[in-house]
Amino acid sequence: MLSTRINTAVAGLQDWFNYRAKAFGPMYRKHMSEYWAPKNFNIWYYFGSLALVVLVNQILTGIFLTMHFKPSAAEFAPGISQAFASVELTIMRDVEWGWLVRYMHSTGASAFFIVVYLHMFRGLLYGSAQKPRELVWLLGMLIYLVLMAEAFMGYVLPWGQMSFWGAKVIISLFGAIPMIGDSLVEWIMGDYLPADATLNRFFALHVIALPLVLLLLVVLHLAALHEVGSNNPDGVDIKKHKDASGKPLDGIGFHPYYTVKDLFGVGFFLTICAFVLFFEPTVSGWFLEHDNFVAANKLVTPEHIKPVWYYTPYYAMLRVVPDKLLGVLTMFGAIAVLFFVPWLDRSPVKSYRYRGWLSKVLLGLFALSFLWLGKIGAGPGTDPVETIIGRVLTFIYFAFFITMPLWSKADATKPVPERVTMHD
Amino acid sequence: MIKHAMTKLGLTLAVALTAASPVLASSEGNAPPAIGTRADNIASVQRGAKLFFNYCVGCHSLQFMRYSRIADDLGLSEDEVVQNFAAFTNAKIGDTVVSAMPEADAAAWFGKAPPDLSLEARSKGPDWIADYLKSFYVDHSRPLGWNNKRFPGASMPNVLWEMQGIQHAEMGHAKEGGEAHIEGLKLVTPGTQSEAQFHETVKDITSFLQYVGEPAALKRQSMGAWVVLYLAFFTFLAWLLKKEYWKDVH
Repeated sequence: MLSTRINTAVAGLQDWFNYRAKAFGPMYRKHMSEYWAPKNFNIWYYFGSLALVVLVNQILTGIFLTMHFKPSAAEFAPGISQAFASVELTIMRDVEWGWLVRYMHSTGASAFFIVVYLHMFRGLLYGSAQKPRELVWLLGMLIYLVLMAEAFMGYVLPWGQMSFWGAKVIISLFGAIPMIGDSLVEWIMGDYLPADATLNRFFALHVIALPLVLLLLVVLHLAALHEVGSNNPDGVDIKKHKDASGKPLDGIGFHPYYTVKDLFGVGFFLTICAFVLFFEPTVSGWFLEHDNFVAANKLVTPEHIKPVWYYTPYYAMLRVVPDKLLGVLTMFGAIAVLFFVPWLDRSPVKSYRYRGWLSKVLLGLFALSFLWLGKIGAGPGTDPVETIIGRVLTFIYFAFFITMPLWSKADATKPVPERVTMHD
Repeated sequence: MIKHAMTKLGLTLAVALTAASPVLASSEGNAPPAIGTRADNIASVQRGAKLFFNYCVGCHSLQFMRYSRIADDLGLSEDEVVQNFAAFTNAKIGDTVVSAMPEADAAAWFGKAPPDLSLEARSKGPDWIADYLKSFYVDHSRPLGWNNKRFPGASMPNVLWEMQGIQHAEMGHAKEGGEAHIEGLKLVTPGTQSEAQFHETVKDITSFLQYVGEPAALKRQSMGAWVVLYLAFFTFLAWLLKKEYWKDVH
């Protein structure tokens, strides 16, 4: 009796919506219940939805942080800025649960890069950038680029020592540009040093401008993906084999199958994040650097200026190249080259499963060089042997991409099956 | 009981997770020995608070620490805290701990103003603080007659010397072209405390500063165990749900 009434009510509500917004039903089906996702997604396919979860976390916690944060370099007490005090006194101590929100935001920042790096590596592993998904890759790379700017500006906001000196070092990179360099640096900072003006504009960019761009790009990234459909660990096109109704035989509805599967992934991921957040939120200086617990002081240079771990591979490249302008070009080039992957990869097959040993070894070597560069970039950078190693690794990093058209084409392949091979 | 065990398990795992932490160690050259303080050892933190307000607050502020928070967290009454800890100031219970020493005088006396210690345990680490406090030695070349092995050229004199006694540096032989370096520190005039007692004194001060560095840590860890447990259970349920739905995927 009751269930009949509920069903009638639900049907009534549906009619009400369908009458007023005809496009919603088809849109829901296109992107959720009838978005046919390959049924053989493996663990690598969790990171897309996890990135979305982290994005939501960053936005929600960010909103609450802006309620208490003061983007001001003005003095709170001798040697302590309003911004630093609003983080370390107001948010971390005075505001109920402020510490939790702040740690959710700071842990989320690092978690964002962890899932995004794994998500990107997945793309390399299974040839996801290849035709017809070039646009998906390009939009993804734009997201990565904006995310780096977003995270950099966020790190400046607490106005600690590493905020200040990190900002100074990174902004001064633009000074390497011939002719306009110096005035460009001044223009970005709005002062001769990172100062109140810098803090204010970075706050504006961090809390509104870049998040809007990020959200738009994420929508486009998903829209582009849903036009062409998801790749899978076998790299086979599931649209080649459809049933009479036009549903791919190896496809399953994103909802409910992948929503419940991703729910499990989210649970697992949040458990790990909660563990970090509650027991070791700074991760010994990897997520929150020790020097950033010292208020910014323009007269005292920290012993080692280094960015947070997610930039350190590029920072290492900057340091091992002897010339400043060349170093800057190398660093930005390392990111720029990623945009070209869809056209550099000439392999006739997508997934590494059906590629030869050469591709596997080179991909492994590339991953190793990235991680090792990250380690070098996080260190003091004073060891000359390490500098040599860093140069070799930088060479490997670039050689991997530049020679990709050759080795990806030359490498042996195995026959790709018609249908997906396995699923859990 | 369970709560405590869970917290302990969490902390143990956290230590394992970050065992490979090159960041602090590498920036110091030689890592200070582990002092083994725990901010949840309330008795030690209370003793440390007394020591801090006797020996340190004359010069060092805790701009991010309110007296009321200290009272709450350490189980002290507000009157006790105001009378004992804010004795020579006009501070009210809701104020933060600000040293009575005027900033300008401080800079004139010590060359630079003594740093705020609210976050000292977070930036330098408890081990560094403990080692610093133990590493003072007499050095007549310094303005105040004291130097520090952990932090050479420190402006601070050894305010704990009555308890610790007076240490001298034992210099090693200078290498060709190099400077003489300190081999070790030797206690030449004993203080009112034995070495073991002074170790505990330093440990208490360090515990207090560790607590001050992040008062939320007390709550954070005891809560964390339950949050992790809850999320693990949620994950298990989600896994069951996933299995149920995926039954019809062949």
